[in-house]
Amino acid sequence: MIEVTGLKKSFGPKQVLRGVSASVEDGKVLSIIGGSGSGKSTFIKCVMRLHQPDAGSIKVHGRETIGYRSEVELADLRRQFGYLFQEGALFDSLSVAENVAFGLQYLTDIPQTRYRAVARDMLALVGLQNVEDLRPSELSGGMKKRVALARALAPGPKCMLYDEPTSGLDPIMSDIINDLILDLKRKTGVTSIVITHDMKSAFKISDTIVMLHEGNFLLTGKPDDFRASADPRVRQFVDGSANGPIKMKLRDLD
Amino acid sequence: MNIFSKAGAALLYAFGELGSAALMIRSAFFWAFHSKIEWRQSLIQCMRVGVDSLPVTTLTSFFTGMVLALQTGSTSQNIFNEPIFVGTIVGFSLVKELGPVLTAIVVAGRAGAAMAAELGTMKVTEQIDALHVLGTDPVRYLVIPRYIACMVMIPVLTVYAMFSGIFGGFIVSASKLHVPTNTYWDDILNYMQISDFMHGFSKSFIFAFMIATVCCYRGLSTTGGAEGVGKTTTRAVVVSMVLVLVLDYFSTAVLVALGV
Repeated sequence: MIEVTGLKKSFGPKQVLRGVSASVEDGKVLSIIGGSGSGKSTFIKCVMRLHQPDAGSIKVHGRETIGYRSEVELADLRRQFGYLFQEGALFDSLSVAENVAFGLQYLTDIPQTRYRAVARDMLALVGLQNVEDLRPSELSGGMKKRVALARALAPGPKCMLYDEPTSGLDPIMSDIINDLILDLKRKTGVTSIVITHDMKSAFKISDTIVMLHEGNFLLTGKPDDFRASADPRVRQFVDGSANGPIKMKLRDLD
Repeated sequence: MNIFSKAGAALLYAFGELGSAALMIRSAFFWAFHSKIEWRQSLIQCMRVGVDSLPVTTLTSFFTGMVLALQTGSTSQNIFNEPIFVGTIVGFSLVKELGPVLTAIVVAGRAGAAMAAELGTMKVTEQIDALHVLGTDPVRYLVIPRYIACMVMIPVLTVYAMFSGIFGGFIVSASKLHVPTNTYWDDILNYMQISDFMHGFSKSFIFAFMIATVCCYRGLSTTGGAEGVGKTTTRAVVVSMVLVLVLDYFSTAVLVALGV
């Protein structure tokens, strides 16, 4: 179980998270929705301790992690997670197979001779074949995303953090990735936190959804609670409407 | 903002940077003794720092040796009517000063810039975060191999530059100044002692450590996309080159005081 209470994080004068609280039980999927720049990625980076939170509590499987400072403590914490980066974050200098197998040498006891076979299996899982020897620069945006997903899943993490897993993918591949997230949840009981803008995806995969707005969680509930919500800000986001209380800062056309 | 506020802000920034760089050095020492060394990465970096810098080091030191011999020979010809102590001056200049300093500047400009740009790009594309996530530490995986490469290859390149420069001086003194071969080499070997060589050689380790620290630290603290990578690279090279000259004076002062 991952339990976050009163999490605060600022970058300089800009307060991104203003004391947010959320929890996700083992084997469940929590989706975080919210506008661009609302602090969704900051939230999961704080959970993973890629960012140092300013205040609050983060318990992972009952252990308070907010006080972790040493390299060893942080490395042990991060070992429990898989993380899909928004832009993939593939290593340019390595081939696709080396990228996918990268975590195996540090996170598993799998012998080196099996790395390539594992990489091939993981790539097949995300619908990619015969790309093992390509470089990331030779892949399309969607393929990079899927290679990054294969890399995150390869070590078999207990918890997965997905930063926009379906952005940049076509609708069919998006749905395949949604099914994959659900399949992993069913088969391996992996606990997941998913950041998404894609409401169709959020409704399909989530046990719980939270909406982040101006540094606070506006609504926490099941997908049906979001479908039924009368809050105009939630409605605007769920319906994807430009008109409503959430104003994006745009200059008027002359 | 008045002048005191500006000076205070600049001081705070400078101490903040120093502190962060010191933390990276501490982390490098921690991982060096608490994990396996990434030998494959270290070898790749040794190739980039050492082998790839060889042609430009050769050219720089060879021509420096040549011009030193030419200047020394023509000046002593004007004063004493013959070119004397050409080998001694070329040899001492290259072994004690120019060998280590020129090599450090060449490596900072070539390999140091590449290090800062590569790590900076990895930082802004979240590849550094990805290393954390995949069970290793960027200092362990990226920085330690670069320290090893600099600490091994810069001293080797320095010794090579010393010989290359002395040989360049020899070509000019023999062909243009008509100094007999034996005289040139005797002028070097009769006066030079092992401590003179150690003076220059030990400075190359100081420069190597500084270049690796500055370029890796600057790379890992990059922010702001492609523009940020450009700024990081420029700053890493400028700071490294200036620090080579500053550290050269202070390390020379210490070594002279120690009698090396």
